[in-house]
Amino acid sequence: MAATDLAAFAAALAGGSVKVIDLTFTLSPDFPVIVLPPEFGQASPLRIEQISRYDAAGPGWYWNNITLSEHTGTHFDAPIHWFTGKDLPNNAVDTMPVADMVAPACVIDCSAQSAADPDFLLTIPVVEAWEAEHGRIPERNWVLLRTDWSKRSGRDYANLGEGGPHTPGPDSAVMRWLVEERGIIGFGTETIGTDAGQAAHLDPPYPAHHFLHGGGRYGLQCLRDLDKLPPTGAVIIATPLKIINGSGSPVRVLALVGETG
Amino acid sequence: MNHAARQRLSYDGVVVAAPVTVPYERYSIESAQWWIGRALKGLVESSGIDKRAIDGLVVSSFTLQPDSAVALTQHFGLSTRWLDTVPLGGVSGIAGLRKAARAVQAGDADVVACIAGDTNQVDTFRRTLENFSRFAQDAAYPYGAGGANASFALIAQHYMKRFGATREDFGRIAVSQRANALRNPHALMKAPLTLEQYMKARPISDPIHLFDCVMPCAGAEAFLVMREDIAASLKLPVARIAATIERHNAFPDDVVQIRGGWARDIGELYAMAGMRPDDLDVVLTYDDYPFVVMMQFEDLGFCEKGEGPRFVREHDLTIGGNFPHNTSGGQLSVGQAGAGGGYLGLTEGLRQVLGQAGSTQVAGARAALASGFGMINYERGLSSGAAILTGPSS
Amino acid sequence: MTQPLSPPRKRSPLNRTLAPSQPPAARSRTSHGFTAAAAEGRFALQCCAHCGSFTYPAREICPECLSTELPFVEAPRGGVLVSETTVRVPADVYFRERAPWRIGLVKLDCGPVMVSHLHGDCAEGERVAMSLQLDKSGQAVAFAKPQQETPHMQDDRQWREMTADPKFRRILVTNGRSPVGLAAVEALLKAGARTIHVGVPENWKPFPEEERLRALDGVKLVPLDLGDERSVRDLAADIAGKTDILVNTAEFVRPGGLTDRQGTSFFQMELAETYMGLVHLAQSFGPAMRMRGADGIDSAAAWVNVLSVYALANWQPFGAHAASQAGCLALSHCLRSELRSGGVKVMNVFTGPIDGDWFQTLPPPKVAPRAVADGIVSGLRQGLEEVFVGDVAQDVRRRLAANPKALERELG
Repeated sequence: MAATDLAAFAAALAGGSVKVIDLTFTLSPDFPVIVLPPEFGQASPLRIEQISRYDAAGPGWYWNNITLSEHTGTHFDAPIHWFTGKDLPNNAVDTMPVADMVAPACVIDCSAQSAADPDFLLTIPVVEAWEAEHGRIPERNWVLLRTDWSKRSGRDYANLGEGGPHTPGPDSAVMRWLVEERGIIGFGTETIGTDAGQAAHLDPPYPAHHFLHGGGRYGLQCLRDLDKLPPTGAVIIATPLKIINGSGSPVRVLALVGETG
Repeated sequence: MNHAARQRLSYDGVVVAAPVTVPYERYSIESAQWWIGRALKGLVESSGIDKRAIDGLVVSSFTLQPDSAVALTQHFGLSTRWLDTVPLGGVSGIAGLRKAARAVQAGDADVVACIAGDTNQVDTFRRTLENFSRFAQDAAYPYGAGGANASFALIAQHYMKRFGATREDFGRIAVSQRANALRNPHALMKAPLTLEQYMKARPISDPIHLFDCVMPCAGAEAFLVMREDIAASLKLPVARIAATIERHNAFPDDVVQIRGGWARDIGELYAMAGMRPDDLDVVLTYDDYPFVVMMQFEDLGFCEKGEGPRFVREHDLTIGGNFPHNTSGGQLSVGQAGAGGGYLGLTEGLRQVLGQAGSTQVAGARAALASGFGMINYERGLSSGAAILTGPSS
Repeated sequence: MTQPLSPPRKRSPLNRTLAPSQPPAARSRTSHGFTAAAAEGRFALQCCAHCGSFTYPAREICPECLSTELPFVEAPRGGVLVSETTVRVPADVYFRERAPWRIGLVKLDCGPVMVSHLHGDCAEGERVAMSLQLDKSGQAVAFAKPQQETPHMQDDRQWREMTADPKFRRILVTNGRSPVGLAAVEALLKAGARTIHVGVPENWKPFPEEERLRALDGVKLVPLDLGDERSVRDLAADIAGKTDILVNTAEFVRPGGLTDRQGTSFFQMELAETYMGLVHLAQSFGPAMRMRGADGIDSAAAWVNVLSVYALANWQPFGAHAASQAGCLALSHCLRSELRSGGVKVMNVFTGPIDGDWFQTLPPPKVAPRAVADGIVSGLRQGLEEVFVGDVAQDVRRRLAANPKALERELG
């Protein structure tokens, strides 16, 4: 990119013709984390222990120690997170190419279907219908599944019921197809996990994790406000913390959106 | 083993002299050392003896910490060849007298200063209660923190129920002692006390009411025990020790205390003195509570056990009465100067038989009995003692 | 006749809350034999191993035969109240604020005479039943009650000073999701608790008993994640000043010891939920409760921890869990010392494996959550410090007392 292009970009940011949208939930201790049977290891929710707050432990300053898992809150999944991606090169958050942290996004709106059916599954025909309207998904694009799930909170957001969580996500075929046929850079959702709440019962189980990470691609979850993005044209900035051999990271996800029409 | 009782040695060759009272104060900012030192000065001044001639010292005090008696020798510039401490509260005077007399008789000392004194600072009384004894700390004080008031209340309550004593009976003792005290310029209690006032006083720990209790204060009491020949060379008026007794933990099997150790030892007391109770001209009992006085009237042989109430109804206990008792006003009206309370009867008895009691003098008093009682280690008073002093005209 | 307690009145903000004071606390070392007995609700006296005579107060030498072997043994509780007094002008602050205060002399059937606190229904000359209680200074004292049950006996003013009776008190049960927490709520309500706040961890997860709990009169569900400092602090900001009894039912049970567990996350979670949970609770609720230890009939009274009995001796199959519980036990001792100045008791309720998910494959005996709840209530009503619920807990306690090394081998 020429220097003048970047200057124009900076001017567009400053002038507001390029908007920066925050796709991130506030990290808070009561934000739900993925639910696994309790005999498995568990993702730690955020824990904040105050170090000092202008008090005897630190008269002039306020700071906290925090504890959380790599997969707490709005977060990024690297290929090493899943067994299918364990042997790939540069598969962890510290070694992945930084260029992958900035990429355009296609946003598929399934909010109506998800409102009707919390167990809604994204399928190839749904994506094909989207492509018919917006064009073929280009390679190295994020595909973001808009469900408006992020407008829910607490219990409605986790939506636990008989058989565990009931939240929308992709089916097995569409994930394989998006990775192999469309060459996406990654897949993002508004729910806890790139997979559907009931994805343990799909074949293979957790197909988003299975195919994304097996193909060296990334996941983003617990995104919010996807309704503020255009179907195409937004650029996602998602820069995971450089955790050594990290499987993922809490992340501040920003979208750059140009003026439309 | 059953040894035949041995005849006790008399106190021949030993005399008691120079009764000293350092006037009491309700509260003092001075130390126990100050009060005891003042008493020592009083002994020297009233006897005219050279301080260097005092070669024995026996001390009783609750508030001397961290000092012990030896510290006082340096503090006061004494060089003694005999030294003792008697931590026996109400029996301090009797026990101190006994020890000093035998030391003098045996030649271990020539002149023994016997002194009890305590200060009373604002917090002294409570701290003394808290730290009185291990058994009290473990098993009595945590129960209402009533101290001696509560402990004696339990004993008095039981006594009243068992022997039919009434508060009026106890009141007679307190009222007559107040009448005596009004003649003693050193008594802290200056106002007359009527039986009606006594009965109406506020309760402290039932059945103990305000005028059953002594007022803790600062003060000191002292006398000299010495060789008869030295006293004669100084031309000191002296009294003799006709008899003494002392007993600790006398009746452990009494469920609640109804008697002190005197009940076990008075036969010996009167035998040694060659007297009977009616031969006594003045009786000075240990009066931390009127009820304890009544117990002594019984246990010292003036009446039978349980007859105490009748005895006080039938006798006039004032200076001019038919049973002059606690003529100074006793601790109930003079004040309780800590361990000094255990000396009060002896110094007053000494004055009486020496004819030095002034405004409280019982006419023609020759023989006086002073008794001591004390040390509620747990739920009863453990120590008792008594001495009979006789004056020069006896 | 004991007057039944009336419900506490609302406090006026014009009046200063009475600051807690303590009865005299100094005791000899030997006397703490009574403390040990009182902590568990036993009545023990020293009995000479040589001549068999009972003695009191605590001592090192038998007054009958001068033996030094004076073990504390269970003693018959019966006696006669031979004398009594009402102390109206005590020498110390604690009793002065509570005067008049009744005490008496009790002649025990087994020999000794005890100075004793009296239940209001005790009468001079009548038979009494003795117990050892922990007073507000945390030290053991003798307490005499009538031999027969009397109406509203539990409401007696002096008895209530010795106990942490839930009646009319406001309680926090920290985990309403756990079966023990649930059972505790029901038992405490039945015991007369005025209100019970019930903590719900991970409030975003539903749980089956929620509706039933919510429907109970006096029960209020509140979000509470013990591992989350902020969550605990936020709740404390609301209710710490009106929490009279805190019942910490935190539990995080996973099997395994040190080397047979993969990874360390369970260790972290155990510590976060239980050890750190106790730290968070203590820092948030402790200071407020300690200030309210003398605040009338619904003063702050007790802090209860439900702990595994394996906190006392490690049991390898659940060895890491036991270690985290041992940490909590040590914290509880620290807390006990820190709450003592407020007259707030810390009671540990030790249980064997509880009948539920995590000990599912263990053979009986297991402890029913209901039994733990009953242990909590009866411990509070008696004012205990240590409660052992069920056969396993009792067994571990006795074996530990007999030979800690033997127990270590038997459990390992």
